[in-house]
Amino acid sequence: MTKQTRQLDRVVIRFAGDSGDGMQLTGDRFTSETAQLGNDLSTLPNFPAEIRAPAGTLPGVSSFQVHFADTDILTPGDAPDVLVAMNPAALKSNLTDLPGGAEIIVNTDEFTKRALAKVGYAASPLEDGSLEGYQLREVALTSMTVRALEEFSLSRKEAERAKNMFALGLVSWMYHRPIEGTVTFLQRKFAARPELADANVAALKAGWNYGETTEDFAVQYEVKPAKLPPGTYRNITGNVALAYGLVAAGVRSGLPVFLGAYPITPASDILHELSKHKRFGVTTFQAEDEIAAAGAALGASYGGAIGVTTSSGPGVALKSETVSLAVALELPLVVVDVQRAGPSTGMPTKTEQADLAMALHGRHGEAPVAIIAPRSPSDCFYAALEACRIAVTYRTPVMLLSDGYLANGSEPWLLPEISDLSDLSVEFAAEPNGPDGQFLPYQRDPETLARPWAVPGTAGLEHRIGGLEKADGTGDISYDPANHDAMVRIRAARIEAIEVPPLEVEDPEGDARVLVLGWGSTYGPIGAACRQLRQRGVKIAQAHLRHLAPLPANTEEVLRRYDKVVIPEMNLGQLSAVLRARFLVDAIGYNKVRGLPFTSAELESVMEEVVKNV
Amino acid sequence: MSEPVGAAVGGPNGDPVGPNGRSALKLVPKAEGKQTAKEFKSDQEVRWCPGCGDYAILAAMQTFLPELGVRRENICFVSGIGCSSRFPYYLNTFGMHSIHGRAPAIATGLSVSRPDLSVWVVTGDGDALSIGGNHLIHALRRNVNIKILLFNNRIYGLTKGQYSPTSELGKITKSTPIGSADWPFNPISLALGAEASFVARTIDSDRKHLTSVLRAAAHHPGSAFVEIYQNCNIFNDGAFEILKDSSQRDEALIRLEHGQPVVFGADGEKCVVKEPRGFGLQVVDTADVDPSEIIVHDETVRRPSYAFSLSRLPNDDLTNTPIGVLRAVERPAYDDIVREQVAAARSAAAEPEQELGKLLHGGDTWTIL
Repeated sequence: MTKQTRQLDRVVIRFAGDSGDGMQLTGDRFTSETAQLGNDLSTLPNFPAEIRAPAGTLPGVSSFQVHFADTDILTPGDAPDVLVAMNPAALKSNLTDLPGGAEIIVNTDEFTKRALAKVGYAASPLEDGSLEGYQLREVALTSMTVRALEEFSLSRKEAERAKNMFALGLVSWMYHRPIEGTVTFLQRKFAARPELADANVAALKAGWNYGETTEDFAVQYEVKPAKLPPGTYRNITGNVALAYGLVAAGVRSGLPVFLGAYPITPASDILHELSKHKRFGVTTFQAEDEIAAAGAALGASYGGAIGVTTSSGPGVALKSETVSLAVALELPLVVVDVQRAGPSTGMPTKTEQADLAMALHGRHGEAPVAIIAPRSPSDCFYAALEACRIAVTYRTPVMLLSDGYLANGSEPWLLPEISDLSDLSVEFAAEPNGPDGQFLPYQRDPETLARPWAVPGTAGLEHRIGGLEKADGTGDISYDPANHDAMVRIRAARIEAIEVPPLEVEDPEGDARVLVLGWGSTYGPIGAACRQLRQRGVKIAQAHLRHLAPLPANTEEVLRRYDKVVIPEMNLGQLSAVLRARFLVDAIGYNKVRGLPFTSAELESVMEEVVKNV
Repeated sequence: MSEPVGAAVGGPNGDPVGPNGRSALKLVPKAEGKQTAKEFKSDQEVRWCPGCGDYAILAAMQTFLPELGVRRENICFVSGIGCSSRFPYYLNTFGMHSIHGRAPAIATGLSVSRPDLSVWVVTGDGDALSIGGNHLIHALRRNVNIKILLFNNRIYGLTKGQYSPTSELGKITKSTPIGSADWPFNPISLALGAEASFVARTIDSDRKHLTSVLRAAAHHPGSAFVEIYQNCNIFNDGAFEILKDSSQRDEALIRLEHGQPVVFGADGEKCVVKEPRGFGLQVVDTADVDPSEIIVHDETVRRPSYAFSLSRLPNDDLTNTPIGVLRAVERPAYDDIVREQVAAARSAAAEPEQELGKLLHGGDTWTIL
């Protein structure tokens, strides 16, 4: 039969199912197919912390949202246009996010009495009329998958497991996605069990064919490729990009990279990724605890490596004392905090940006460090490179604040030329710098205020460093009051001396009176909201802080240029507090800590409200 | 294949090495000329209390290091916090006075990334066994190529006299006015429980013995753990007097020597034999046993249980305290394994920038013209 094809400019699809249903994989594959087609895209995985919560329960629901479009986009989309619900729990837990008229594809096989009761449905929502406002597509995904795989000698359970590929095949058909890449992927993934590879491919194709033949799906959609800058792209998550950035820092500095890490969600993937790249001279050390992870990284830095430690909030808290030591020792140390909802264990798989105050102030004594925050998954690459550049150039700890949303979310990345990446080359101290052949470990470079990086093994530079206060210049232990006061001020000045690019403002017409300022992963939703406002003729200026310490030199000037400044943050106002205290600027906070990124729609209305009242 | 075991034997460049050719110092550059103790003294004024046992250990180290024959700049001391942890300031080598308890972790990162260094950790009973207990046991189990010197004075000195994790039960201190309620750690037993490959004990006042243990530790490929009984004359004076006093020490000390029967006492009147019941060792009168029953010390015994049994011999009054090398076996060192993995991967890699290009372009890519 001939199917109708409808053109769309953008679509948001959410795959939702039990954590054992393979929704992350399904979403990943759909994303890959979409990337191959040249759409711009952005993804948002959302999964439970439990490895396998009891099957069919609400806490066990795992989902993956992908937004793709024929223009460049900034977010994974506020609300899904299409929900694929593999069971009643997936339907129930995601329904509230769906706008009226959205399309719901449900796996009817899983809507048994028992499964419905498990999530508190008294009657089947497929029958009680509660889904009338949506376009409901009832598909017997499980049984059709099992039937499609009859020729394979698989147990029923094994056959059922391929239902995610059936769903992927169907949705791929609906949106004209090529499935060849997924076929290759499956063959590689199940190389050891070709039978399973063939079965999964068969399920994928069965899903596709079902779409093509059934009358239930009358319309196919098409989203044309986006007009993106020319070049080679790949899809990348924040954690992988961050790991690659660290690898690149090693290559561009010629120094070995040493990662000390202790497993923690959502940062572990950086450790996993880096452990695969030993060919770049990267050493990964899975330490006995967070403290040792930071300590070993600092020890490696002392020895002339780029010492890096990666963690999330609770782990970073444990590293605090080591970071303070690194401040006193004036040695490079990169501390990556992939922020998650806190305090304490909080919601480990959910995002938040509430560790800014800790990064700024979470140490004893006056212990300033540099802080940088990436704004998108692919920006994690450049942020990691920049963090390493600051660390090795200025011999200081640098905190890199990523978050769960960036870590697991993905977007297309225009691959850089290696030779265009920052040059991180450094020179170790080679000879004494003081009078009569003396070595002064705390004699500073007048420009960077950095002390020499004098690594063990260098003849003539034998010296002792430590946490005790040191006399400026000689580095000898000093309890002299004036020296301590001077050293505290020097350490602060050292951070302020770091060169960072000016804060840029996007204000197309140049006459906006309201500025919205963000940092970190809110860049996407803020940017999307600004675009939507401007399309409607509302004037709004946007700026995004990548460097939080030191702040760009023009920060105050930018803030003062506007009548009102709005600062949306996934915390209770940590950046607002800093800017208010520092510049006496009356920033208006918009704060939510729901473990999820802002939607651009909510930011749009918040900003519009402010614009109206200027 | 079982890992070869054995005591140190002569290597090609004169370093003692294990039977499989490994040495802690194989990759550490040798000093050119003869070095002197004076060269190893830093310009810093030593600030321990007069009479502190740390002075003797420092002097022994300053005399021993020239003998080690490696370049001064390739030696690094890392310490934690406590009186003993001031040690690095007084040696004219590289040194870091770090954080309470964390020296083994910092030294691990340094040692793994720098095979050309001889890395030493100086720590105390509070630093290593209380706040840093976790790092100590993990460094030992990994067998990182670091030499850990634990100055045990059974008290907190720097914080002025609280009981430590090695203080005896019932110890009256500032923080335990009616006696401590904690059972103490036996540091040697703890290290052996972590399967430390080299475990030894020595005493601050016995310069010759101390030096011989430092020598053995320095050359051991892998972690070396050395407990040094050190007198705190201010807060716990005389804690080891029975082991030092010339009229008592011969009766109290068991001087272990590899390949020698474990016999002690002024006239060898005591010896160590197997317990008739159980798996341990015990001290008996030499006259009461057949000489063939006396244990012949073998520091290379693979199972840590033998050395562990030795470590359990002391009584509460410190009689029957073994000193010397209890255990020296070879097993793979963490640093070596990690570096071999990295080196193997590197040798198969292209030029780094090219390899980075390949990495970034790996996976599914697409091109927009």
